Amino acid sequence: MELFTNQVLAGIATGAIYACMALAVVMIYQAIDHLNFAQGEMAMFSTFIAWQLMQWGVPYWVAFVLVLILSFAGGVIIERALFKPLAKAPVLTHVAGFIALFAIVNSVAGLTWDFTIKQFPTPFGSAPFLGSQLISTHQAGMIGVTLVLLLLLFVFFRYTRVGLAMRAAAVMPESARLVGINTSWMIALGWGMAAAIGSIAGMLIAPVVFLEPNMMGGVLIYGFAAAVVGGLSSPLGAVIGGFLVGVFENLVGTYIPGVGNELKLPIALALIITVLVVKPHGLFGRTIVKRV
Amino acid sequence: MSTVQEVSSAPVVAAVPKKAMSLGPLASLVLLALLAITPFFVKNFIIFQMTMVLIYAIAVLALNILTGASGQFSLGQSAFYALGAYTSAILIEHVGMNYALTLPFAAIVCFIAGFLFGLPALRLSGIYLALATFALAVAMPQLLKLGVFEHWTGGVQGLVVTKPDAPEIFASMGLKVSQDMWLYFFTLVVAIIIYIVSVNLLKSRSGRAMMSIRDNEIAASAMGVDVALYKTLAFGVSAGITGIAGGLGAIAVQFVAPDGYTIQLAIALFLGMVVGGVGWLPGSLAGALFIVFVPNIAEHVSKGLSGAVFGVILIFIIFLLPNGARQLAFGAQSLFSKLRGS
Amino acid sequence: MTAMLHVKDLRAYYGQVQALHGLEFDLKEGSLTTLLGANGAGKTTTLRAICNMVRSTGSIEFEGKKLDNKSTESIVRLGIAHVPQGRGTFTTMTVEENLQLGAISRKDTKAIDGDIERMYDHFPVLKQRHTQQAGTLSGGEQQMLAVARALMLRPRLMLLDEPSFGLAPLVVRDLFKILGKINREDKVSILVVEQNAQLALELADKAYVIETGRIVMSGTAEEIANNEDVRKSYLGY
Repeated sequence: MELFTNQVLAGIATGAIYACMALAVVMIYQAIDHLNFAQGEMAMFSTFIAWQLMQWGVPYWVAFVLVLILSFAGGVIIERALFKPLAKAPVLTHVAGFIALFAIVNSVAGLTWDFTIKQFPTPFGSAPFLGSQLISTHQAGMIGVTLVLLLLLFVFFRYTRVGLAMRAAAVMPESARLVGINTSWMIALGWGMAAAIGSIAGMLIAPVVFLEPNMMGGVLIYGFAAAVVGGLSSPLGAVIGGFLVGVFENLVGTYIPGVGNELKLPIALALIITVLVVKPHGLFGRTIVKRV
Repeated sequence: MSTVQEVSSAPVVAAVPKKAMSLGPLASLVLLALLAITPFFVKNFIIFQMTMVLIYAIAVLALNILTGASGQFSLGQSAFYALGAYTSAILIEHVGMNYALTLPFAAIVCFIAGFLFGLPALRLSGIYLALATFALAVAMPQLLKLGVFEHWTGGVQGLVVTKPDAPEIFASMGLKVSQDMWLYFFTLVVAIIIYIVSVNLLKSRSGRAMMSIRDNEIAASAMGVDVALYKTLAFGVSAGITGIAGGLGAIAVQFVAPDGYTIQLAIALFLGMVVGGVGWLPGSLAGALFIVFVPNIAEHVSKGLSGAVFGVILIFIIFLLPNGARQLAFGAQSLFSKLRGS
Repeated sequence: MTAMLHVKDLRAYYGQVQALHGLEFDLKEGSLTTLLGANGAGKTTTLRAICNMVRSTGSIEFEGKKLDNKSTESIVRLGIAHVPQGRGTFTTMTVEENLQLGAISRKDTKAIDGDIERMYDHFPVLKQRHTQQAGTLSGGEQQMLAVARALMLRPRLMLLDEPSFGLAPLVVRDLFKILGKINREDKVSILVVEQNAQLALELADKAYVIETGRIVMSGTAEEIANNEDVRKSYLGY
């Protein structure tokens, strides 16, 4: 029983990473109806900027805030420059655009900061959390930040006018224009917010997986998995999905014999497929009734 | 590297206008002649690259059948490509089968795998299907590394495949045909057969049934099209053809290993389809040229930034031609007919 | 006096198909004008062209400002509220959020809550359902909500596309009564497109008849209602 509790705890700790990434994924999916395959790379790039600022002697929290602002601006600029012109292009062309962005960001980061792994500091320390060996203060901090972020997003979307306008633009763009919402800028705003949330995810994840240009590859896949399990339309679902995927991955690794580290990923992915087949809109997603 | 670029960049430019007319029989013949003659004037390494172009063209065509005809979308083609490659490699190395005979087996194994994968995938559409297939592509290399199969697959090490010699009949006729040359023509013949079969498949009753699903699934089912059957069938056929490409790839590269079939291959095939024009079968060749040569060009421009250069080229292509080479081809064709008319 | 809305030589296109062929009409400030016509005559297209939701040429002036080349959202911000066909309800949001959205482009945020209360006075049923998802309302209630949402803009002009569509006759009577009241008391000019010509003519002061993308007749609502052709084709007696 103790093993079980410990593994669940450890799963929640890693799940926080996925939850964070899944939040960013859901944000952008809400805004533009696409999964941004370059999301992880954008987060990685933001994290490198934070690292660079700290190398230059900027204190952690100042760098943190600066990176949030820069990432937000970067997300908006990428949308304006690259994806707004493609708004009317076929879906598959969009996906090709994400892949191009992925290649560019990854390559530029590699050239600028090279591919050796770097330590990234944590503001929470890495002592055992409440005496547990499985969960460190950093991981506890990460869970805390994720939950705070979720709460902020909830308040933003539920109680602010901009949040309301963004939701309206996402679900019914034409009606949104008819009440005077500039839907095009709402999309840009969605990109900016997703980039900023992604940068938080990156900065929280980096102390765990170490900073390098390919650090987000695996994480993004789990983030997608979490977002899909939660149903792409719900931020709360994304966070719960993140924790579920983390716990599931750990339990499978512990209790099913023969499942080493390399099989964890396929199994997590099998989970996505199973969830999708049983509940095509995820556990917390809204079902959309299509009219003929 | 530079010599390769000079020669190889020529077909990238030349092939497209030819393909604009490949809708007509004359153009097809010209393109075919070009494909048949070129190997006699270039080095062996370039012949090998041309072989790879043909192989990728087959794989892109398979994806085109799935996406263009039935409207489903897969990021998991690398998994079927890998399965075909391993089927051929194992049959050649462990069973001692003739390389040409392994291809139908690769096709059948992949058809079954694709059909089975298509069954649950039926319930998914759009981005969800993309994710499920993406998962398959990511999982495949891991599965190939599994200890259970190591005796057959060679585990992480992979398998070395013997390169076939040209049949002795050429030697007895006094012709000296190199291995690369022989493999190129062998691949060309397979590619032509697959192309003709595919074109006819899409023109057939089944093809029209698939396309009706793409255009309006509900209307199609109302007209009595068995949507479930045709969707899974499209998955199976596409996987089967991809398997043949995989088998040919294993023979051409003389090596199979799990890390040769990562998600990057699936992404490359997907990009090949977009660049060639979704659903336009001749575009597969243009897409394959993109897959084989653009990364090389990118690396040639800047070693450190090859990924960025690749991305920029890709963005240029999708900004200028959101509908891929098909757009270019149709444009050239209408220009051509205008010139002839005046 | 000059018209509030002045439409001249309006041509609209769906792809290659031309839907409007040089439409011209005026709308006086404070009036309730109706556009009558059969299916496919171009009524909806006219409203969509005013809000720049369809490709069109010609000139549209609203209170002296040219609307051509303005985006839909900036036209709305000038004070033109459009209740589209199918009502455009934000079905996944609550009734109250729908009303909030109606006022989303307004600067005077303090007055919004008061306006929502006023809408609840106009449409008591909306108050009962204010936390309910808008998609769960009945057709009539959704139409009330759509009108209320449009009024939340404090519009100068309201465009209504087939408000009676799919509603029970009694509900339609209620709705039109309220529209008349809004027009008189809140000084909102209204341009309403209707297939239910009888009802529209009872309410309106000015009417235009539109056929295959052209205005074929215009006059006061009374004149049009008494016209022989109109009676035969649209009123059915």
